Amino acid sequence: MSEKTIGQKTSRRGFLTSALAAGGSVAVAGAANAVDDPAITSIQPWAQELGEGVDASPYGMPSPFESEVKRRNVEWLTADTVSSINFTPLHDLDGIITPNGLCFERHHAGVAEVDPAEYRLMINGLVERELVFTLEDLMRFPRENRIYFLECAANSGMEWRGAQLNGCQFTHGMIHNVMYTGVPLRYLLETAGVKPDGKWLLMEGADASGMSRSLPMEKALDDCLIAFKMNGEALRAEQGYPVRMVVPGWEGNMWIKWLRRIEVGDQPWHHREETSKYTDLLADGQARRFTWEMDAKSVITNPSPQAPILHKSGPTVLTGVAWSGRGTIPRVDVTLDGGKNWHQARISGPSLDKSMHRFYFEFDWDGKPLLLQSRAHDSTGYVQPTKAQLRNARGTNSIYHNNAIQTWHVNDQGVAENVEIS
Amino acid sequence: MSKFPKIALCATGGTALFLGLAAVGTGSVSGLDSVSFSDAITAPFLSAATAEENPQNTGFALGRVALPEEVAAWDQDVRPDGKGLPAGKGDVLTGEEIFADSCAMCHGDFGEGVGRWPVLAGGVDTLDSERPVKTIGSYWPYLSTVYDYINRAMPFGNARSLAPDEIYAITAYLLYVNDLVEEDFELSKENFTEVKLPNEGNFFPDDRLEVEYPLFSAEVCMSDCKDSVEITGRAAIVDVTPDDVAAREAREAAAAEIQASAQDALVTGAAIEAVAEVKAETEQVTPEAVSVDPAQVAKGAKLFKKCKACHQVGDGAKNRTGPQLNNLMGRVAGSGEGFRYSKAFKNAQQDGLVWQDETLAAFLAKPKAYLKGTKMSFSGFKKEADVAAMIAYLRSFDQ
Repeated sequence: MSEKTIGQKTSRRGFLTSALAAGGSVAVAGAANAVDDPAITSIQPWAQELGEGVDASPYGMPSPFESEVKRRNVEWLTADTVSSINFTPLHDLDGIITPNGLCFERHHAGVAEVDPAEYRLMINGLVERELVFTLEDLMRFPRENRIYFLECAANSGMEWRGAQLNGCQFTHGMIHNVMYTGVPLRYLLETAGVKPDGKWLLMEGADASGMSRSLPMEKALDDCLIAFKMNGEALRAEQGYPVRMVVPGWEGNMWIKWLRRIEVGDQPWHHREETSKYTDLLADGQARRFTWEMDAKSVITNPSPQAPILHKSGPTVLTGVAWSGRGTIPRVDVTLDGGKNWHQARISGPSLDKSMHRFYFEFDWDGKPLLLQSRAHDSTGYVQPTKAQLRNARGTNSIYHNNAIQTWHVNDQGVAENVEIS
Repeated sequence: MSKFPKIALCATGGTALFLGLAAVGTGSVSGLDSVSFSDAITAPFLSAATAEENPQNTGFALGRVALPEEVAAWDQDVRPDGKGLPAGKGDVLTGEEIFADSCAMCHGDFGEGVGRWPVLAGGVDTLDSERPVKTIGSYWPYLSTVYDYINRAMPFGNARSLAPDEIYAITAYLLYVNDLVEEDFELSKENFTEVKLPNEGNFFPDDRLEVEYPLFSAEVCMSDCKDSVEITGRAAIVDVTPDDVAAREAREAAAAEIQASAQDALVTGAAIEAVAEVKAETEQVTPEAVSVDPAQVAKGAKLFKKCKACHQVGDGAKNRTGPQLNNLMGRVAGSGEGFRYSKAFKNAQQDGLVWQDETLAAFLAKPKAYLKGTKMSFSGFKKEADVAAMIAYLRSFDQ
């Protein structure tokens, strides 16, 4: 039964459940328990004894009661964890910012442990001056702070052929949303002086996979950052410490971690990650390439398979996240009945360009099964497609860029499952 | 938006001096004096043409000029037009040998792929099928990608270790196993761009805005949108979601034990001490065990990164591309349970080779010389001290 898998949270919410059950679905505040609640009537140890002093945890960690809030891996997906992926626990988060330690990881040759004292960023190729920057040099450029989502192009890639993984962490967790502090890439390019025929950039990482991608000059000069901070602190090693590319709205693979070199050229390089991988195979055997932008997408994070409804009928909070690589999300619709009727959700928190948005829909659950979906509209007028629409357009072999509407079935016990519907 | 002073504003002696100093700081200024810096850096910024074309095109007085040797060291990439290819050549048969030694343990002898490692050959005419097999022959558009990727990222765990001739040879072999060249083919810088991969024409630029946007931007229905809804598929039936409870328990148990194990030894001195404690306990159980220097263990743990692509050691270690290495000392070579050894190791097992300090040291120094025909791609530790550290590290997993 689902409640057992929730661990520590059961008792807390279990109490809520019994309290709510006594009063039914109306005027809960008026209902009283039949017996005294020992959480109130007995003296809790934390109300009597002294706790840990300051410095017990010089770098603070979450409460031990939150130990289940963590990234998770799907072991059968890849041959080895050093070239693999894990997933952000979206169902455990709220708001729009992903805590640094919960940002999903994707490595192609493990985490490079780069010594910042030996960090160098080189700009070469079609520039007036081939230059080398240290980390200190980069810190002397003017900085900007911007919040962006980073979504792996393969997010939801396991769901093309059918509902497969039970949990939004696994179906949608190759995404995170953090505030980056960094230097606009254009400042570095201006400093090097791009020659007139410099139309493309090659971005290369320092790790053992030599991760590299081609980037058109227009995007480089538009909004790309050379970032060294995330959510105020240094990048985590697994996110590219000390320096990574930020390529707003574009697929995560281009956000080169451990960035060591930018080459300016007159044509793209067609490297492995933009030919063999990260190209979208269509049903007829042809493949789209350079599919950089992430289409508008959303998912309901609660309830979801890892976050069932733990209370009985009555006031219920539905929440989720939405994003678009082409702008903002002015509107999200949600349905409780599998798409017969839709309701506009409420967006709360900042609505920023190419950032995650948080939406809520509060409703009075009647205790009957639900078929939940969310549908994002972005600022260009694009509407998140259904699975059927997307499969009609692309087939099922694409792997990448699956932004179709997700369905959760919630049964009368509040247990949620990943399903597909007609 | 206010910016820091641009170089155009401070292109005085101060600018040149600063950049000159930056270069001095690197200790690599040979051939670069402050005059050439000054000319190179300031002139373009002051150029009227540049300023007219793009008034924003100014930049900052930061960084230093990259030396040609430095650019050459890092600029190793190759493009479809052949730009970046070094001089060299290699033929199919040479490539077959190198591939068997350095690549086949993951990709299979003929590029067919082992386990979930990438398949490199075959798959022709599968791209429009239900299960497309995307290989160099069936999918990749350009041969330059093969050379470039091998050169900068392979072999996995020992990247940037192959010479140009070896890479040309492996690339030639990969063409051969994809039925694209004959057995006597030799690939070189000169004939490289003559080779076209068959699927090159089947890629096209992103057209989602033209093709999909019109489909996915229509007015949406908000009420009474459909009469009935049926569930047509369920993840629970597929049942491939990780078993979270079991995984959690296993991982937490492992984490608790690993805290004191040698794998964390390199992180802190305290951890090294913990290793020593664990080791001391172990020694009580097995008095014949050789005592191990925790600093050596820590050094070995660091060196083990070279091995991690293929070998696991420690709690829950499993056979991967190579056998798991717990309790290695005293083990008869080729006797690890459940691992499919090469012929070389099967022979060694029959001959009764036992892993001891001397035998393991000889193997780790020159694996291919010591056990001719081993599939282990590692070329060996050059320093005796590294061999000793690795043995100390592996010993810390003896029980």
